[in-house]
Parts: sequence; structure tokens; C-alpha cells
Amino acid sequence: MRLLAVLACLALVTACARTEQGDAGAAAGDRPVAGAAAGAGAAGTAGDYAPGSQAALEAEAGDTVYFAFDSAVLREPSRRVLRQQAAWLERNPDATITIEGHADERGTREYNLALGARRADAVRSYLVGLGVAPARLDTISYGEERPAVAGSDEEAWARNRRAVTRIEATS
Amino acid sequence: MATVPGRHPAAVDLSAAGPRLTRRTLLATGVGAAAFAAVPAAAQLTVTIDRGTVKPLPVAISPFFGADAARAEDGRRIASVVGADLERSGLFRLIDPAAYIQAPAALARAGPRFADWRTINAEALVMGEVRAAGEDDLTVDFRLFDVAAGNELRGLRFTVPRRDWRRVAHKIADEIYTRITGESGYFDTRIVYVAESGPTTQRVKRLAIMDQDGADHRFLTRGDALVLTPRFAPDGRTVAYLTYAYGPPRVALLDVDSGEERVIGDFAGMTFSPRFSPDGRYLAFTLADGGNSDLYLFDRRTEERRRLTRGGAIDTSPDFDPSGERLVFNSDRGGSPQLYVMEIASGRSERISFGDGRYGSPAWSPRGDLIAFVNQKQGDFHIGVMRADGRDARLLTRSYMDDGPRFAPNGRVLVFARTDPRRNRTRLFSIDTIGYNLRELATPLDASDPDWSPLRR
Repeated sequence: MRLLAVLACLALVTACARTEQGDAGAAAGDRPVAGAAAGAGAAGTAGDYAPGSQAALEAEAGDTVYFAFDSAVLREPSRRVLRQQAAWLERNPDATITIEGHADERGTREYNLALGARRADAVRSYLVGLGVAPARLDTISYGEERPAVAGSDEEAWARNRRAVTRIEATS
Repeated sequence: MATVPGRHPAAVDLSAAGPRLTRRTLLATGVGAAAFAAVPAAAQLTVTIDRGTVKPLPVAISPFFGADAARAEDGRRIASVVGADLERSGLFRLIDPAAYIQAPAALARAGPRFADWRTINAEALVMGEVRAAGEDDLTVDFRLFDVAAGNELRGLRFTVPRRDWRRVAHKIADEIYTRITGESGYFDTRIVYVAESGPTTQRVKRLAIMDQDGADHRFLTRGDALVLTPRFAPDGRTVAYLTYAYGPPRVALLDVDSGEERVIGDFAGMTFSPRFSPDGRYLAFTLADGGNSDLYLFDRRTEERRRLTRGGAIDTSPDFDPSGERLVFNSDRGGSPQLYVMEIASGRSERISFGDGRYGSPAWSPRGDLIAFVNQKQGDFHIGVMRADGRDARLLTRSYMDDGPRFAPNGRVLVFARTDPRRNRTRLFSIDTIGYNLRELATPLDASDPDWSPLRR
């Protein structure tokens, strides 16, 4: 499951990188979200994934939101994804989730652990505000330890400054 | 037979159950003894570390004499480790043994013919002798000479189990370093760090420990759980680190000799960035609760915890000053990550970093005088040092990414991790606190998060 998610993520990144060449100056953190949100538009049609699964969440709502450098502020594209996640969680009432907070590598390891915790909590608070029961939500920070993509440029860093919503259980 | 009072105990425990490491001043004979007694110190044979540039001292290290082939081999290996230690410090230049005129046997029999050593421009001479002591022990004598003055500066005898021959070599190197620089040494020490392998997105990380010269390397964890930021306790064998093995990330204590481990406290939230107080009694660390990271103090004896910071800012990376009364830490309370010093008793904090860019990962020198840090600005990372009050900040390095500086126990050398993105490589480096002698430490895999042990006893 995790491997699938990583592969899907990589495919997404490649697509994004291709479509956004020459757009280096754009607000970095918002870019990857567009792809995920566009994918979510096709939600509702049954894909080749189990209902209530990570793949279902990713396809039907988007499972990742992105942040600006050293920021845990949820910008509009991220909030849109989280509203979809809240709706998805309402449709899948047995699902419990862990929100993983991640940072890019451009900071000290320990500060990034704290930053990841801050990002995960920003997502958690937003979902709770939308009516998701707090008991269904857990958080964890990986700091800079689990980048989504390898790379040493702004493109890669933007994709690694993220919070990922993981399905823990659906029964 | 004079023992030097205080500084050189007659016996030192190597391990609780094991045999003893004994050291005493050599029962020196002839000219050596006379010189040792008559000359308090050779003022001219010194290296001063504070200077802007260092001219390495040319030193000759004769293979230690052994009466038979096995002891001669021991003696050759000990001399080689001593020489490598001294050379790596950047303060000594080892003269090629092929140039030595006086042979080890002649040295052992009659003492130095100083003219022979002046001829090859040696300023210091190290010689020694290895003998078997009972079934399993070695007796190792060493002497340090000032070649120009023609006198002995130091002589010591060690009796140790044969397997500890490397530690004897490191202790000899420490004695030489101390005699020449006036500073305590850092060679009989270990480095604990995080060994890294696998692709960037699925990195496998394991705790590992090695002697400071890379010898006796071993892994301490299996790699099935993410582990980060190991830090030595003052006892040199307990390591606090961050582990994901128990679900929520937790600070755990590991006894590196016995393998025994325990998790610290039961906190609602993630605990990380552990550091021991200088007396070993307290652990300072960060607790992230509801996304907010604050500093806590944990009393290992009473298990009591005390919250040190409040508010929505990130407060992390605490490190004690040598008195244990203050902490330097990293906080974004002013809008960007900067360094602050807190008086623990009063809780009062003052910002000490005022340069451009972002600061993090502070480390307080065991000497108390300096705080090392990471400074990130204009796309580069730097390791730097400032005085404990924040004045005289100096950057020592510049690279794509440097992180996690930690001091050697004498406060003169830093170890840190450097990432080279072109070669996709992260390795440990050392540099002295005046910015000279940048060196990569040999590790079998990629390496990060180093910590330097205290001098072993």
C-alpha cells in the first residue's frame, strides 16, 4: 500500500514537473496540490481500489497538502483538499487516520521535527474544525526523514514540505 | 619511583568486571630520569591552538621496541595509531619513519641520540617499549622528548589486557597532545552516530558507534525503526536518542555495552532532541504536544518533569552549559529560528544570535567559552561558533548542507554531518574551532547526527 502511494506520488511529480517548466517563480507549495485536486474531480467513479482505502482517499479527496518554506499555514488549495478529506471521512465513518507532518531538508534536523509536528497539527485542527471527531485523528512528525522525492532543488523541496493523511483502519 | 599526584591515578577501571588499566610515571633511568626531575617544562616546545594559523610540530614516533617478533609488531601498531591520532589533529606533522636513523632497539637500550633526531628535523620524539605481562596483559612504556633541548617531557607506563592496545595508543596520544598544547586531549574517545543506507525516500537509519579514529565500529540498532540524534551521557556508555520503534517517536536510553534500553517518560506527544546535563542527572528534551514544541527537563532519579518554555513558538535543540545552570536552545519565537540562552532556575531567556539568516542546532562547548551552531543563509549552510554571550560569531564552513555540530571533549574540535547533493552522499567531518583542519571521518556507510563521547576513563 505504502509503495503504491509512493509510486503514485512519483508519477504525479513527474507530470507536474513537466507541465510547470518555466514557472519557477510561482508560489512553490501550491503547485503539487493542483494535480491532486484535479484528480479528485473524477472521484465517485469506482477506480481499481478498495473502498475506504488509502488509494480511495488519494483518488477521491487527495491525501497530501503542501506548505510554503518554514510555514504551517494552510493555503486555499490545501484547504480545498482538506474539505474533500473531511467529506470523505464522513462517507467512510469507520476510517481512522494518522496525519504525517513532513519538512524539506533545508533546516536542522531537530527544528524540522518540530516543524513537521506543527504542520500535522495544522491539518488536524482544520479537520476537527470541519467536524471530524478528534478521536479519529492521530498525528506524527517525520521531520525531513521521509521525503516524497529525492532532489536538491526548489522543485523537490516544495514536494517534500507536506502533510500526508494516512488511513490507519477502516473497520 | 614517583607517581604524579592527582592527574594520573595509579589504577583506572576499564570495565566494571574486567582487569584494570594501570598507569604510573615511568621508573625512568639515566639521563631521562635526571632530565625529568631537573626540567619542569620545556617552554619552547609548544603549539598554541588559539593562533590564526598553526604550524604543525614535526614529530618522530619510533616504533615501540619489542624484544620478540610479536611484541615488536605490537609496538609498531601502537606507534602507528599514536602517529595517526596526532597527525589528524592538524597540530603535528609525522616524520616518515623511513628517515629515522636510530633504531628502536638502540633507543630502548641507550635512550635517544638527539643528534640523530635533530638531523631529520624532529622537534619532538616519541619512543616506547612493549613487554608481555603475564598471560594476557601488555606493559607499554612511552616517553616523550624535546629534541632541541635534549630532555624528557613525559614518561608513562600502562599495563592493560592485550585487546586494549588501541586504547593505550590513544591515551599516549592524549598525553603527548596535552604536554605539547597544554590542552586536554580527545583521542581516547568514541563517536556515536546514525548510519544511513538505502534510497533517499526510504532511508534506513541505524545507530552506530566507533572509536574517534573509526576503529572498532559496530551497529547498535538493526535498522527496522527510524532512529535519530544519539547523545552521550557523561558516563560515555549511555546514549539518549530518538526512536520510532514504539509508535509515537520517543526518547530512549540505550546502554551501548549491555544493549539494555528504556523509554523516557510516558508523554502525550512526541519527545525528541535529548541532551544530558553535565552531571548526567537530567535530560533536557522537546515535547511536541498539539503541534507546539516546548522544552522540558526530566530528572532521571525522581522521574519528575519540569516544563521550561511555553507559548506557540518552536523551542527545541537544548544544550547545557558546563555548569548545568543554563541552556542554549533554538526558537522561532522572534519570527525565525534563532538561538537563545536560558537561565534554568529563573526561566529567563535572551537571544544571542543576531547575524543574517536562520540559526539552529546549538552546541555548548565543554570548555564553556563557545557555542557552535548551524547558520543557514542565501542558500548555503554554515557551521559557526560564537562566544556564549553571542559575540564574535565566526563561520567555519560553507556547503550545500551542514548539520549537527558537536564538540570533542576538549572543546577544540567539532564533528558534524555534511551532505553533498552532487554525489548524493552524507558523511561526518571534523574541523577545529578556528576553522582549520577540515577532515572527513571514515565510516562504512553514509553518516549523520554524530556525538563525541567524553574522554574514557
